[in-house]
Amino acid sequence: MTMAPPTGPAGEPANSPPAGADNYLTHTRGFWSWALTLDHKRIGVMYLVGILASLVLGGVFALVLRTELATPGPTIMGFPPTLADKQPEASQALAGKQPVPPEATAQGKNLYNHIFTLHGAVMIFLVIIPGIPAILGNFVLPLMLGAKDMAFPRLNLASFYLWLTGAIFFVVTLHTGGLDTGWTFYTPYSTGAGHSAATSTSIVMAVLGAFILGFSSMFTGINFIVTVHKLRPPGMTWFRMPLFVWGSYATAVIQVLATPVLGITLLLLVAERVWKIGIFDPKLSGDPVLFQHFFWFYSHPAVYIMILPGMGIISEIVSVFSRKHIFGYRFIAYSSVAIALWGFLVWGHHMFVSGMSLRAATIFSALTFTVAIPSAIKVFNWLATMYKGAIGLATPMCYALVFIFLFGIGGLSGLFLGTLAVDVHVTDTYFVVAHFHYVMFGGTLVAMLAGLYYWWPKITGRMYNDRLGRLSAMVLFAGFNLTFFPQFILGTRGMPRRYFDYTKLLGTHPEFSMLHLLSTIGAFCTAVGFALVFYCLIESLVRGRRAPANPWGGATLEWQCSSPPPHDNFPDPPEVGDPYDFSDLEYDPSVGGFVRRTVPSGRP
Amino acid sequence: MTLFDAIAVSGPCGAPLLGQAGGTFWLPPRASTTAPIVDAAFYFVFWVAAFFFALIVTVMTVFVLRYRRRPGTGPLPSPSHNTALEIVWSVIPLGLVMAMFYLGLKGYADMRVIPPNAYEIRVDAQKWKWTFKYPNGYEDDNLHVPVDEPVKLVMASKDVIHSLFIPAFRLKQDVVPGRFTTTWFRATLPGEYEVLCAEYCGTSHSDMVAKVIVHEPGEFEGELRKAQEKSQKLPPAELGERLFVRRGCSVCHATDGVTVKTGPNLKGIVGRERRFVDGSSRTADEEYLRESIVNPSARIVEGFRDQMPTFQGQLSDKQIDALIVYLKSLSHQPPSQQANKVEP
Repeated sequence: MTMAPPTGPAGEPANSPPAGADNYLTHTRGFWSWALTLDHKRIGVMYLVGILASLVLGGVFALVLRTELATPGPTIMGFPPTLADKQPEASQALAGKQPVPPEATAQGKNLYNHIFTLHGAVMIFLVIIPGIPAILGNFVLPLMLGAKDMAFPRLNLASFYLWLTGAIFFVVTLHTGGLDTGWTFYTPYSTGAGHSAATSTSIVMAVLGAFILGFSSMFTGINFIVTVHKLRPPGMTWFRMPLFVWGSYATAVIQVLATPVLGITLLLLVAERVWKIGIFDPKLSGDPVLFQHFFWFYSHPAVYIMILPGMGIISEIVSVFSRKHIFGYRFIAYSSVAIALWGFLVWGHHMFVSGMSLRAATIFSALTFTVAIPSAIKVFNWLATMYKGAIGLATPMCYALVFIFLFGIGGLSGLFLGTLAVDVHVTDTYFVVAHFHYVMFGGTLVAMLAGLYYWWPKITGRMYNDRLGRLSAMVLFAGFNLTFFPQFILGTRGMPRRYFDYTKLLGTHPEFSMLHLLSTIGAFCTAVGFALVFYCLIESLVRGRRAPANPWGGATLEWQCSSPPPHDNFPDPPEVGDPYDFSDLEYDPSVGGFVRRTVPSGRP
Repeated sequence: MTLFDAIAVSGPCGAPLLGQAGGTFWLPPRASTTAPIVDAAFYFVFWVAAFFFALIVTVMTVFVLRYRRRPGTGPLPSPSHNTALEIVWSVIPLGLVMAMFYLGLKGYADMRVIPPNAYEIRVDAQKWKWTFKYPNGYEDDNLHVPVDEPVKLVMASKDVIHSLFIPAFRLKQDVVPGRFTTTWFRATLPGEYEVLCAEYCGTSHSDMVAKVIVHEPGEFEGELRKAQEKSQKLPPAELGERLFVRRGCSVCHATDGVTVKTGPNLKGIVGRERRFVDGSSRTADEEYLRESIVNPSARIVEGFRDQMPTFQGQLSDKQIDALIVYLKSLSHQPPSQQANKVEP
């Protein structure tokens, strides 16, 4: 069933819709109205549900891993059958000896290896890479541009279904079992013999899944690029675009240029596995290090796919909640593009111990350091934006502050990895694990939560309990640091990553036991933080008060349409101004949100 | 093991973290000439990072407290752009990272430029075992080296990529199948340190741990000669037993008649009927054992995977004979032990 497009009363400003007005959620009803929708907002919501479900899945894997690592030797998996029957703790206590962990079974070790592979693959391919562009980019980008939809709504829907198909491929490997290559699929481990039939099936499934997800990513990228070029409203020049649009645009450029390389690499991998064509496997006269070059040629730019839109969100939030024009707009905009292009030249820093020549390593190290500068500039710009502001500490701003703290540690710890001699010592240890979790979780995922809390009223039309939101930010912050900071120390002291067990290292490193235990406790605190996030958001759907059009006082265009927006976004073309000029927005307690001070003529 | 045991093992809070001899809070003990160079670079980066992090967090906290939104007040006028400031905060970090780059390169060049007179040891990596081969033909599963002498490692892998990691030497180098990779070090402190595998290599990745033993001056040559002579005089069964451990057989094959690791348990293997994944079967005689060593993929025992590397050309005939004698000896245990055996 279809309804007539919404037509507000003439002269009614878009930010105060009549109660019960038609919006994109109520515009049409029924399963197919969602499954076949071309509305960017509904597609964004479907992504939101899918990606949060994947996040929960990946998070459960993480908890299983951390639980296993809480004690040396088998903790929850890999008990030898004879010992497990006799309750090992009891028998050892009776023997009156210092407990010696029993040697784990191969099945237990394999299970651990499967779970860390799935944790990485699900989090990277299904959550972090698509996360911000697919959920928030999809929902917000056309609104920020005052457009009615993306440039290619059908391509947008197709990219969602490609994401879903890719996700199904990964979930199927849960059933077929045995995917144990790590999310990086390094050759010749992933192509060589020695895998069971189930593992072989799983590897091919997962690689095809990643291949399909790559197309989803490229489609989204193409759509964003065309939308930004073609659908900007009159008056919005390139340098009047919100910084989230700049971030998403730079991301889209990387998605379109880098992802095909991953696609080709994964196809070559499958060709080698299935038809025994020698590309990467030395037994077939291939070169295993070539795979690493191909893989990181995509996967390093992908790091910027993950972080640039997050930086865009933080730029929006810091400015809006400080009631201050963003500091150094052009620097931030240019630095997004600079990072996007420069990011293509630094992939070799993942391979400093692979046997790379001294000359290549020198070049990659130098380029890596230069790409660090634009990120540093952004952090300084956010701080300068807060200077002399009127800083409101609602939930989105709390998440933005958490982002600056955690991304600060993540970014600065990257300097150790760019420094060649230090990289040799800490690469492939827990230091790297800590570093990329600080960047991807503390950075991207926290930015995604910040953005989700920021645009939640716009997406759902409901406010949430702000106190609960701030509490969730604090619990996540504490849990996160407790989980990952000990891992820096583990790493610099020599604990390699992807280890099922560290019993053999305790002789020289008794401290590993304590650090792993702290990290595990932190992981459960982080889980509590996420539980609070989900509770807070679900509660708002049930009990939250109706959101005003502009609860935070943002000057970007999405706040000019009602919350939730009508099906067509803007009944009338919105007024384009400076996206960071808040001078004529003021808080109106009767609406519970911000309104323009200059009342349009004709309004009582 | 319970959580309480883990706490008991790690001791009271704080103490075990700092307790290790020779190490610092962040880094393990230093035992090579490269280590001080790496550590100097590490601490330079560390203090620069710590300074900037403290600066960012302090400024952020001060601004949040000072400019907190209060009823009736708005933002104070301030510029949204300042080219001079923006250039300053771009150029200063650029200068600092270039200093990091230089320190890192200096250390890396030291690691990569191998002294021409270095003592050469061949390293073989395989799932999940290191083998160190000395110039006189002796092989060991631990790395023995003289103190204060440059040692060059020429490394190859038999299966997947591994990575040789000696934290005390600040040394890490991938070991790649199909090519040789090299690295070197000069140990400075006699003692024992660990050799780890740092590149994920499958099921028992975390068990691929060996020792590097740095010998006192003058001790190394004599020890090596003695070890070599001893290994040549061993009776076949003992040589076989030693090879069984040293060449990594024991990583995947238990011999206690109970445990099943990645490969079949080999207790009492000789004379037993083996069933294979293709449905065929045969008795495990000398010829079958020999074939399983040089061409393990020919027949795969039911319930296992084809993942054993071939030892064709890597074991001499004498060594293969010794291994078979050892495997036979596993069947002829005293009756008292036979009685406890759990056989399916």
